[in-house]
Amino acid sequence: MSVIYVLLAISIVIAVGFFIAFVLAVKRGQYDDSYTPSVRMLFEDELVKENSKKQIITNKD
Amino acid sequence: MEHKTCFHCGLDSESNSITFDDKSFCCNGCKTVYEIFSVNNLNCYYDLQEAPGATPKKIEGKYDFLDNSKIVEKLLDFNDNNTQIVTLYIPHIHCSSCIWILENLNKLQTKIDTSIVNFGKKTVRITFNNKAYSLKKLVTLLSSIGYEPHISLEDFETEKKQIDRSLIYKLGVAGFAFGNVMFLSFPEYFQVEGFWLEQYKPIFRWLMFSFSLPVVCYSAQDYFISAYKGLRSKILNIDVPIVLGILVLFLRSTAEIIFNMGTGFFDSLTGLVFFLLVGKFFQKKTYAFLSFERDYKSYFPIGVTNISSEGLEESIQVYDIKKGDRLVIRNEELIPVDCILIKGKARIDYSFVTGESETVSKLSGDKLFAGGKQLDGIIEVDVLKSVEQSYLTQLWSNDVFKTNKENTFTSLTNSISKHFTIAILLIAFIATSFWLFTDSSKALNVFTAVLIIACPCAIALSAPFTFGNLLRIFGKRKFYLKNARVIEQLAKINTVIFDKTGTITANKETKISYEGTTLSNTQELLLKNTLRGSNHPLSRALYKLLNQNDIITLDHYQEHVGQGIEANYQTDNIKVGSAHFVGLKTETASLNTAVHISTNANYKGKFTFFNAYRKGLSALFNKLKRDYDLAILSGDNAGEKENLNKLLPAKTKLLFNQNPEDKLEYIKYHQEEGAKVLMVGDGLNDAGALAQSDVGIAISENVNVFSPACDAILDASKFNQLYNYIKASKSAIKIIKWSFMLSFLYNVIGLYFAVTGQLAPVIAAILMPLSSISIVVFTTIATNYVGRHLE
Repeated sequence: MSVIYVLLAISIVIAVGFFIAFVLAVKRGQYDDSYTPSVRMLFEDELVKENSKKQIITNKD
Repeated sequence: MEHKTCFHCGLDSESNSITFDDKSFCCNGCKTVYEIFSVNNLNCYYDLQEAPGATPKKIEGKYDFLDNSKIVEKLLDFNDNNTQIVTLYIPHIHCSSCIWILENLNKLQTKIDTSIVNFGKKTVRITFNNKAYSLKKLVTLLSSIGYEPHISLEDFETEKKQIDRSLIYKLGVAGFAFGNVMFLSFPEYFQVEGFWLEQYKPIFRWLMFSFSLPVVCYSAQDYFISAYKGLRSKILNIDVPIVLGILVLFLRSTAEIIFNMGTGFFDSLTGLVFFLLVGKFFQKKTYAFLSFERDYKSYFPIGVTNISSEGLEESIQVYDIKKGDRLVIRNEELIPVDCILIKGKARIDYSFVTGESETVSKLSGDKLFAGGKQLDGIIEVDVLKSVEQSYLTQLWSNDVFKTNKENTFTSLTNSISKHFTIAILLIAFIATSFWLFTDSSKALNVFTAVLIIACPCAIALSAPFTFGNLLRIFGKRKFYLKNARVIEQLAKINTVIFDKTGTITANKETKISYEGTTLSNTQELLLKNTLRGSNHPLSRALYKLLNQNDIITLDHYQEHVGQGIEANYQTDNIKVGSAHFVGLKTETASLNTAVHISTNANYKGKFTFFNAYRKGLSALFNKLKRDYDLAILSGDNAGEKENLNKLLPAKTKLLFNQNPEDKLEYIKYHQEEGAKVLMVGDGLNDAGALAQSDVGIAISENVNVFSPACDAILDASKFNQLYNYIKASKSAIKIIKWSFMLSFLYNVIGLYFAVTGQLAPVIAAILMPLSSISIVVFTTIATNYVGRHLE
């Protein structure tokens, strides 16, 4: 079999793979709210930091 | 001394001395929220944003209706034995601190599993364990930290809406196919002759065919449907030539690859659909946090307290209220039905219904109308009519609320497409018949080529990109439009009608002027301190006006409901209130609200309250008067007539004492006379007029609070820019006309290739994206230029 068939097959499989990923992302609602996640990712571990601060203070005491 | 503001909500905290943890607070409510957060290690709330909070309101008894399981059931998204999920709309959500605290609710209450904020929609979706916890407790918790959810009758009605994501899918499919087809067409673009290409041509071509199948069958679906609907109602809308182009492209390309005549136009086909959908997507700018569809239901409560015949209080749904029921209306609650006052002092704010700015006092036995807000403690009422039959709600049974403005409107694009389609078909037939006589083998080729090249992609893209971009520019300047249609309509109007209260007057401000003998310092001190104790809105307004004075303790203070207040200090006596109350025998006829003052039984004078008009009102009217008929429809009395006459151009029509239906009829009458009406209003009382007008703009002091159903919402601070916005809309129409010219030019070039029978796929593949992209670039630059001239 000619190599061109293999290449075409690979390219289409990859393209379809990305397409499916896109459809799944839309379906899970990733495109419904495009603002909040951008803020949320910035304060993921704020609470932990808060606790460690407290610990430092108590250590000093 | 440094100016102190509340650490929690940012309001002035100068006048009192609540401090906690070295931080000053404006009230105990804010302090309590701070305490809750600091006890639970949630102080980070204040790090993300300065003073992000809101003062928690008193909600005692307000959410009793959440004890009613039928109401709760309707509000929940999901409910099983252990878990309940609810989505609540919280108007206060405005910054990253809000997101942070609401998503960490489980630190405050372990029964809450997760909470997810949608910032755009200002909603939070909360999953909680309903064993030993309930929706009522959750709502109370949220209210106690200043995030009071808004629950209205509307939540009760709407079925949980499915989000429509089909456009994104269609766009995805088209983009995916477009990219792949382009990639597969490359070998043939370069026309490399030879064994290699000859051998593999079929597989490339059939792959392209299979990629374009979903584009035609799925992505282009809406165009087929719209064209079919147009043809059935005998309208040649823009989708007709588009569909014609798509069909011809697809059929000719398929025929070409079947008979091995050529490579077909699959690249142009998929590209065309992709660009068209991009345009559609771009035009669909929506403001998730705004609603343009509100009616009385979003103002009305979902449940009220009913007193059964045995004297027990229970919560019932508003729709279950029957004639003869006895209801309890608490402070700050809305009266949902027409009723008779039985017990308590009623001071009703009817500004929702009538636009009247002043509150009215009622005595037992008086009739109260639905839509009024009780401001003075608890009252008991007897129901006269059910919700749907009440005076206010009947307005919504008018036909105006059932007709969709969009259906009765022919857009600029569609009106052009009619001539365009006919012209294209004519050219196609003439060219075909010419070739039939000269070289009949080429005839079919030419016929299809004309239809392909004339496919009005660029025309169809002009309007979406122009309007879509202007919509965004307006949005940034706090003028929020419902959709692109509004811009076109706005460019066409010739009559502008304003509501008075709340629209051309500012709600918060009033102008107060004093007439009479000047008050001495001691008298002013006494007056100020007397007013301090009163919660009446007029007292509050007057209190703010007077200079800062020392605080003295009054010897005697008494408030006479509906009349005025009386106070004694040492030897002085002061009476503040109505003319009759202070002992003025002959009241001068004045329609304006006035507060009279007398000390030691001597009449001193009166403070008259005038409406404060928005900044730039006169200037705006003077600009508008050149091109538009102007009118003011007010639900208020004629007290301001003289003032308005002075302020506004002479030809402005002034009508007073207009009820909601009068306003609607007035606009209807003028529309029948051929006027295109822009209505600018603010309250529920304008709802009918806003719906009837060609463009209804709601003015809002705070876009997060509710405005009635309308086509556009304008932030009050931008009121004086209205004229510029209308002018920008007109420029948008000009831009579209120019880009039509531009796309006709492309069509002429393309038609030359088509008519002479030399349209190669590569020419179509170049011309089509080139014309589309240049139109997009042109409209974007032009609208941005227009936008720069807006403030």
